[in-house]
Amino acid sequence: MYDVAVIGTGIIGTFIARELSKYQLKILMIDKENDIANGTTMANSAIIHAGYDAKADKNKGKFNAPGNKMYEKLCDELDVPFKKIGSLVIGFDEEDQNTIKELYKNGLENDVEGMEILNKEQVLEMEPNLNDTVTGALYAPSAGIISPFEMAIALAENAMDNGAELILNSEVTDIKKVDNGYMLEIGDRKVEAQYVINCAGVYADHINNMVASSSFEIKPRKGHYFILDKSVGSLVNHVIFQCPSDKGKGILVAPTVHGNILIGPDSEFIDDKENLGTTAERLDFIRTMALKTTTQIPYHTIIRSFTGLRATADIGDFIIEESKEAKGFINVGGIESPGLSAAPAIAEYVVNLLKEISGGMEENENFIATRKKFIRFNELTDEEKAEVIKEDPRYGRVICRCETVTEGEIVDSIHRNAGATTVKGVKKRTRSGMGRCQGGFCSPKVVEILARELGEEMININLDSLDSYILTGKTKENDLYKQ
Amino acid sequence: MSKTHEMICIVCPLGCRLKVTENVELRVEGNKCKRGKEYALKELTFPTRVLPTTVSIKNGILPRLPVKTNAPIPKDKIFDAMKIINKVEVVAPTKVGDIIIANILDTGVDVVATRDMDEREKV
Amino acid sequence: MTYDIAVIGGGPAGLAAAIEAKKNGVNNILVIERDRELGGILQQCIHNGFGLHVFKEELTGPEYAQKFIDELRKEGIEYKLDTMVLDISEEKEIKVVNTKDGFMSINAKAIVLAMGCRERTRGAISIPGQRPSGIFSAGTAQRYINMEGYMVGKRVLILGSGDIGLIMARRLTLEGAEVLAVAELLPFSGGLTRNIVQCLDDYNIPLLLSHTVVDVIGKDRLEGVTVAKVDNQFKPIPGTEIHYECDTLLLSVGLIPENELSESAGIEIDPVTKGPKVNEAMETAITGIFACGNVVHVHDLVDFVTEESRRAGKNAAKFVKNQLSNEGDIISTKAEDGIAYIVPQVIRLENIEEHLDLFMRVRTVYKDASLIIKADGEVIKRIKKRHLAPGEMEHIQIKRSDFNADKIALLTVEVEVKGGEDE
Repeated sequence: MYDVAVIGTGIIGTFIARELSKYQLKILMIDKENDIANGTTMANSAIIHAGYDAKADKNKGKFNAPGNKMYEKLCDELDVPFKKIGSLVIGFDEEDQNTIKELYKNGLENDVEGMEILNKEQVLEMEPNLNDTVTGALYAPSAGIISPFEMAIALAENAMDNGAELILNSEVTDIKKVDNGYMLEIGDRKVEAQYVINCAGVYADHINNMVASSSFEIKPRKGHYFILDKSVGSLVNHVIFQCPSDKGKGILVAPTVHGNILIGPDSEFIDDKENLGTTAERLDFIRTMALKTTTQIPYHTIIRSFTGLRATADIGDFIIEESKEAKGFINVGGIESPGLSAAPAIAEYVVNLLKEISGGMEENENFIATRKKFIRFNELTDEEKAEVIKEDPRYGRVICRCETVTEGEIVDSIHRNAGATTVKGVKKRTRSGMGRCQGGFCSPKVVEILARELGEEMININLDSLDSYILTGKTKENDLYKQ
Repeated sequence: MSKTHEMICIVCPLGCRLKVTENVELRVEGNKCKRGKEYALKELTFPTRVLPTTVSIKNGILPRLPVKTNAPIPKDKIFDAMKIINKVEVVAPTKVGDIIIANILDTGVDVVATRDMDEREKV
Repeated sequence: MTYDIAVIGGGPAGLAAAIEAKKNGVNNILVIERDRELGGILQQCIHNGFGLHVFKEELTGPEYAQKFIDELRKEGIEYKLDTMVLDISEEKEIKVVNTKDGFMSINAKAIVLAMGCRERTRGAISIPGQRPSGIFSAGTAQRYINMEGYMVGKRVLILGSGDIGLIMARRLTLEGAEVLAVAELLPFSGGLTRNIVQCLDDYNIPLLLSHTVVDVIGKDRLEGVTVAKVDNQFKPIPGTEIHYECDTLLLSVGLIPENELSESAGIEIDPVTKGPKVNEAMETAITGIFACGNVVHVHDLVDFVTEESRRAGKNAAKFVKNQLSNEGDIISTKAEDGIAYIVPQVIRLENIEEHLDLFMRVRTVYKDASLIIKADGEVIKRIKKRHLAPGEMEHIQIKRSDFNADKIALLTVEVEVKGGEDE
């Protein structure tokens, strides 16, 4: 019997689990995927918004700016890369300038610090590559960039360091009310927990409907993105938003925390929550739209395109509340943008809510807020590199040459709590395969290391899900000849 | 009536475009060297290919050893040859040129190793 | 640590350069190789077709490599395996790491860049669709199959008809997989014609010219690929879609010289070749840093890599011995009509002994055309060509004595079409 079951290990589920691990609770994190942060958290704009966008009377407005303020300390504790680079909402005409003023006003209401309205010259001085048709911008210095899945993995790892448990490949197929809590059916397995927190992302409505009548619906919106090579990482230095208008929210151009450039997303409601495929038309659309921001985009340096889903709720706001029909069952649904920015504040709120519901929780005196430092070889000084290799020679073998990721880092990423078991898992944790060759060079080596460290055959190593096998057999061992 | 065949010489990477006219005798055009003529005539009557592939190897630094037939074998025997080659397992170390299978399918052609393969270091 | 010459890369280019430098009188040479053995990509290219120019016999990739490895050892040239270069500076300081020596800083009088090239990816060409497992670059698949002994699929579609794509079509077939088709965006193959004959035609594998992949289907493992015909703007033509059920998609969509290290040293890169601009000595824009092989421009034949690398090695040795001239006239080369690029980009006439070698690629396929070489606008040479194709690198030799004018500033090459462009 668990005290709390957290369904979903995206950024919301892992933030809540980690916050809960500060108390003496038996916590279980559950995910239907083969790794942490495989849904919306894996593919999004990776921006910690300043918080001027949403209205203060909405949950979105209430949690964004406070969440933003919590990130620096959290990323420091958990050794997750975060850069507070600031954002610009750029305008091109009178109407845009009015929007910028409104955003500024709204930002003040939401307690966003340090905002400024810039004129054309100021904007171009900050961002010389922008089109000179720009007329002005809203500058918000508190906006930042992060790697959302690295954050979620760090949170899950830290929660586990503090006693939480994790089960993957575990789709919750039904939930039944039992004495003193809930029974979760996970295929043939049954797990009991006193409290359930539903952080199931695009499936949050589905999970809610297992214990209560339908009170909200998640209508996922798909967004396409491009990633540009690090060699053009200085195209822009801030997160650049186009002014939202009747025509849409515009396409953003932003540096990533690892030095690439991210361009996207569009927005399209979809029915199939599992289809993350890109289409040529949508990619062309983003390509064209982004040129409004800057015509300097070197599209020949694209290294990857992908899509992500946003868990948009039909009620138009975050849903963060105990189910009215199911005591001790908390829904945290509809967490679309600025959900990543709001996540730490949401987690704190949810834990306080649970405190109220449960009538109090004992603090975990052994809670450790930091996780073991992750050695990022590429970021070390020459002296540090020499030192690290002396201690563990595996840091002297570079596996991913694009991102300079060593065998030592890959082995470390496998053996930590919430460690990598797949090629994509290693990639998410170490950046091996994230570079310009997209794993062409390193993936066979990563497969080999995973097999060795996990005591598995290479054939059994997957790209991602349990059915995403990479190798189909050995040569010389087939009888497929049709000729 | 004369019959013509167009073909591309595969003897070397130049890829000469050959034209063979079948009249009283075969006439080859387009070849830059005499091997092109030989190839064209052979390709029409008795096509052959060198077969490069691998065999399993035990205790080598790699689990497969690259091999080839040291001369072309009849094109229609390639898959039969593969069936035999696939059953072979050699043991490291090997040297380039080592005969792995002698006289495969009675063609008079040997399958030979195409690289040195050292033994894996004993752990 | 100090060396006269440090060679970065122990593939065919690096080996040939190191051996040639030694033969030209420099003894203190180090070859740095990131893989566990020498030979580079040749070790996975187990097919035949190498060596006809250099050795006058047909060898497989490993055999070709073995000859150079044996010679390197015989010459007693030092090499480090499993060793990665992290950085090169303009001052020729090289930072490297490996598991045995740890972090090292190496100083060299001359450096030869021989890092080769890498494969273009799905991302680079933005193939739409889902992202399941089962999508490999042809080279990655080649390594798995030929060196590690693993199969990457059972029913395979190949995009791109470059040589690796063609070679892998045969290789997969021989190992029991079914290759459904090779799709090629361009109206002609980028591979050698002999490979179309012996890798596709021999096994009845269709080559779909002017086709590309328009959709990738599969959530976990690849389940299918949709291919469509493209118009002359390379846009897919609606209604021409063909769907293939397959578990594997191999990409052979081009090679790119690997110049991250060159760029970090501040070496000027040619935007067309994507490799360093070099002079007649294969020296880059930084004095004493030479480059050869696929890091300069992608070759179709390793034999030409060897010849080019020997030139680089010889000149690196000359440089170390202060025998390379930096005086005299400097000629620029320029690719004109029909020519994509020319290597070298700069020529110091003083260093040309008997003849000048120019390497180039044409932009499209030509039948019965001529290559016209002009010095400052004046035709100095005209070479008739029955067949020209972008997949086959052209090599022109110009005699030193053909440069009869007093002073030449610009050397151009263009294609003159007589019978019109092919197709």
